[in-house]
Amino acid sequence: MLGLLFGALINLNGSGHYIQWGFIQISVANLVVIFLMAVVFVLAILLPFPRRKRGNR
Amino acid sequence: MSIDTGVPTSASTPDSEDSRQWTARVRRSAESAFPPDRLLPDRQPAYMASWIYVFGVLTVVSLAWVILTGCVLAVMGPSWWHVSTVGLFVNSLHLWSVEAFFFFMVIHLWGKFFMAAWRGNRRLTWITGVVSFLVSVGAAFTGYLSQQNFDSQWISTQAKDGINATGAGAVWNVLNFGQMLMWHIVLLPIVVALIVGLHVLLVRRRGIVPPFELTETGDEPEKAATGQDPA
Repeated sequence: MLGLLFGALINLNGSGHYIQWGFIQISVANLVVIFLMAVVFVLAILLPFPRRKRGNR
Repeated sequence: MSIDTGVPTSASTPDSEDSRQWTARVRRSAESAFPPDRLLPDRQPAYMASWIYVFGVLTVVSLAWVILTGCVLAVMGPSWWHVSTVGLFVNSLHLWSVEAFFFFMVIHLWGKFFMAAWRGNRRLTWITGVVSFLVSVGAAFTGYLSQQNFDSQWISTQAKDGINATGAGAVWNVLNFGQMLMWHIVLLPIVVALIVGLHVLLVRRRGIVPPFELTETGDEPEKAATGQDPA
């Protein structure tokens, strides 16, 4: 049961998947990580940072 | 007549004989470069109120987890991390803290690149960041070689041709497990920790780089120059 709860969402036991474009080859896993980094980067710029009001100090 | 009581004093006058010793000179330089309020400031500039400034400290926290879990693995040994469930868990923590380390470091790098964070005499801060990134790649690479599984065998046999092509293979043999393990758990962690430590000290010394508009308009020259909030 714990294995099901904490196991990976995707079955990672199989062979990896790759994307090939000419001489460029990258695994889907690495591409997903790069995409997530770009998403987090954009969110970090756009999302407002919580500020403490000066009157509360 | 003076009597040496054997008790060291740090309050030697500038003209005294003690003030010319290297210990006194190093102490004065350190106190001048890193006064306590700059080393551990209570406030940061207002422009730091953005999520993009969080990724540096997230990288350092991830590195602390990498080192902590690595120390546990070193204490318990391979038979523990390969077989026991707790060992496998700590081994996974070590791997995923490395993943988090690189994830946060790359976002930190992107953020600092687009801020041109080398402005304002912060070149060495930028360079130490770049060098720590490169050394970390080496540390992670030797870690993948130290896994003792088919993955590490595949990576090492693929890498040997590339390393040999550079000529470094004569002294740095990726098929030599003992050598790669020693580099991974001794040499490269020491270098990474030293460079990251220097990087953080330089951030404290030079301050956080201000946004472009502050330096261009000169609205807040004191902040822009020092990176510290005068308030």
